[in-house]
Amino acid sequence: MNWMKLTPLYFFLSALIIVPGIYSLARFGLKLGIEFTGGTRLTLNHVTVPSEKIIAIFADYSPVIEVQQNDSFTLKMKTTDQSIVQELIEVAKKDSPQISLQDFETIGPALGQETIKKTINALALASFLLLAYISLAFKQLKYGLCAILAMFHDTAVLLGSFSLLGHFLNIEVDLLFVTAVLTILSFSVHDTIVVYDRIRELAKKTKDQSFVSLVNQAVTETMIRSLNNSLTIIFMLISLFLLGGESTKFFALALLIGTITGTYSSTFTAAPLLVVWDKYISRNKK
Amino acid sequence: MKPHQALLIIVILFFASLYFVLPAQIGPLKRPFLQIKIGSLDLSREIELKQGLDIKGGVQVVLSASMSSVEEKDRPSALESLKTVIERRVDLFGVSESSVKTSVSGQDYRLIIELPGVTDTLQALSLIGETAKLDFALPVFTPGKTASDSAVLSGFKPTDLTGADLKLAVVTYETENRLPGVSLTFKDTGKEKFAKITKENIGKPVAILLDGAPITMPTVQQEITTGQAQITGGFSLEEAKSLSVQLNAGALPVPVSVLSQKNIPATLGADSIRKSVLAGSIGLIMVVFFMVGNYGRMGVIATVGLLLYGLITLTLYKLIPVVLSLPGIAGFLLSVGMAVDSNILIFERYKEEIRANRSWQAALELAFGRAWDSIKDANTATIITGLILFNPLDWPFLNTSGSVRGFALTLILGILISLFTGIFVTRNLLRVFYKGKTINYIPTTRN
Repeated sequence: MNWMKLTPLYFFLSALIIVPGIYSLARFGLKLGIEFTGGTRLTLNHVTVPSEKIIAIFADYSPVIEVQQNDSFTLKMKTTDQSIVQELIEVAKKDSPQISLQDFETIGPALGQETIKKTINALALASFLLLAYISLAFKQLKYGLCAILAMFHDTAVLLGSFSLLGHFLNIEVDLLFVTAVLTILSFSVHDTIVVYDRIRELAKKTKDQSFVSLVNQAVTETMIRSLNNSLTIIFMLISLFLLGGESTKFFALALLIGTITGTYSSTFTAAPLLVVWDKYISRNKK
Repeated sequence: MKPHQALLIIVILFFASLYFVLPAQIGPLKRPFLQIKIGSLDLSREIELKQGLDIKGGVQVVLSASMSSVEEKDRPSALESLKTVIERRVDLFGVSESSVKTSVSGQDYRLIIELPGVTDTLQALSLIGETAKLDFALPVFTPGKTASDSAVLSGFKPTDLTGADLKLAVVTYETENRLPGVSLTFKDTGKEKFAKITKENIGKPVAILLDGAPITMPTVQQEITTGQAQITGGFSLEEAKSLSVQLNAGALPVPVSVLSQKNIPATLGADSIRKSVLAGSIGLIMVVFFMVGNYGRMGVIATVGLLLYGLITLTLYKLIPVVLSLPGIAGFLLSVGMAVDSNILIFERYKEEIRANRSWQAALELAFGRAWDSIKDANTATIITGLILFNPLDWPFLNTSGSVRGFALTLILGILISLFTGIFVTRNLLRVFYKGKTINYIPTTRN
């Protein structure tokens, strides 16, 4: 089947997802959790007064209510320490005697900056090592570069979706999201390598075939297995997202988005990119 | 290796991991206590899954050491001694399975302290965070301006007696007003210094300072040569206990401040575990149905491989041990989904070789051989990112967070074990148990 004939369509589909995401990233950015910005998050139980009262008590630290479930409130505010919070809770006890602190988490602003820096370092290092490894394993730079481009495609989809999710649904990005992004880098490359490996194998076997038809054949032959490979992971992730614990819910969602785009991109981005590369860049050299 | 030898290894591995994975006691049956040591691997200890702080509940505190008064070259050793003192304090206070780690980031020297099971975090924080520098000093009084004004306390003249001369501090009720206090016993050096101070100051007050602030200022009645002293100052029992722990453990060499803190209630963890286990089981059932539905009897064998994968992974978690956090559990579940990856690559290849009119025996061997290239390259890529997340060399420019590392470790282990079960185990199981459909059946020479 001549899959590569529809290359513009694949790129258009990708753009359809990526452009709004990038726009949202540029306009609204990601909704960063306190791991990045620094701050304090706490949960109060047995609150019997209206939320405004609680907000007023913590007013010095510009609190925001994140979750409200029956009489339990989760607040996010500027960095403070537990003894101050405890004193303010004592104040609140006048009106709401049963009030108690269930959860407390505080992160200094410096630590947040550092996490962002380390994340960027990890992304850069991972991209470089994967580029080097694929280029070496396939003995041609174009494989490495196209695989990395497809990987950036997946990263853009993931970051863009979470920027949109953050803007419209208030979903925050935490340290686990960073883990998810890095894991997706490897998943993306994992799927791409399966397709590229088949191109490499076919290229060895047949000498007289054009590169486009080689890629077409490889894509046809690997489509089912790429899909099946990802499906088993997707089953696990859907199950984790829907049924798993609260703390790993959006971690599973990030991985899920990444796995789906990774599967799509290995066939419909990484392979066409090779063909485009071959057509415009390699040919110019000859 | 002959398939039947391989099968024997697989069976042994199966029962060995089953032995470690099952709980130590099931009804009247109890796991015998093993006395095996292989190098640094000590199998004689309690083999249980280690739960992370986010599951067990507790406090995690990151302390920043203020090193401004310490010379640059002495800072690493100051951090180490800080760690030792805090470890001693935590141990003396009786928090089990606590951990204290150091971390240096640029000019920032930090301690990461995990205290599982601690609920009174404020008390824990004051216990570990206070410098607890003990000094004995002589108060200096400035006379009042007129004769009727009483003298004003204007400062302290330090003596050479400090917390370093202490042998032991214990909580005592043998105080004047029967309120909790701390009784001090000096070392021999301290005994002499204390005798000298008391001898020279009979009838005058001597102050005991904690972190520069006076807690008690008794008047010396006579020379004390027994090397005993008492600190009283309206302590509660908890305060007296904390103080005695701090004094026994020694003063912090540098002051510290809280950089970040996280309290995790234990109930949250138990709930998350239950949900994760449910999610994992349902996901697993879906994977099994998918494999059997798609690949028939080969899928059944892949499921056996997956079962062994689960057993070996859990065994390694217990033996290494891997501290299981919630992201770690997610990593494990994810790796189960990935574990059948190599099976799928191989089985699809097998279908292809069959379509190319090969006998099933030849197709099977070819499939394993030819799928290996893509399996190797694809998994190496995952291991590369896994290692960046895990940061095994503790590079300061990469992440060192425990939860990220927990996830990365389970991911890396998952890939290595799945390569073993997906290739070695399923291959040999297929060789022994699988019979494909062939029109012209060729009897094999294998037994």
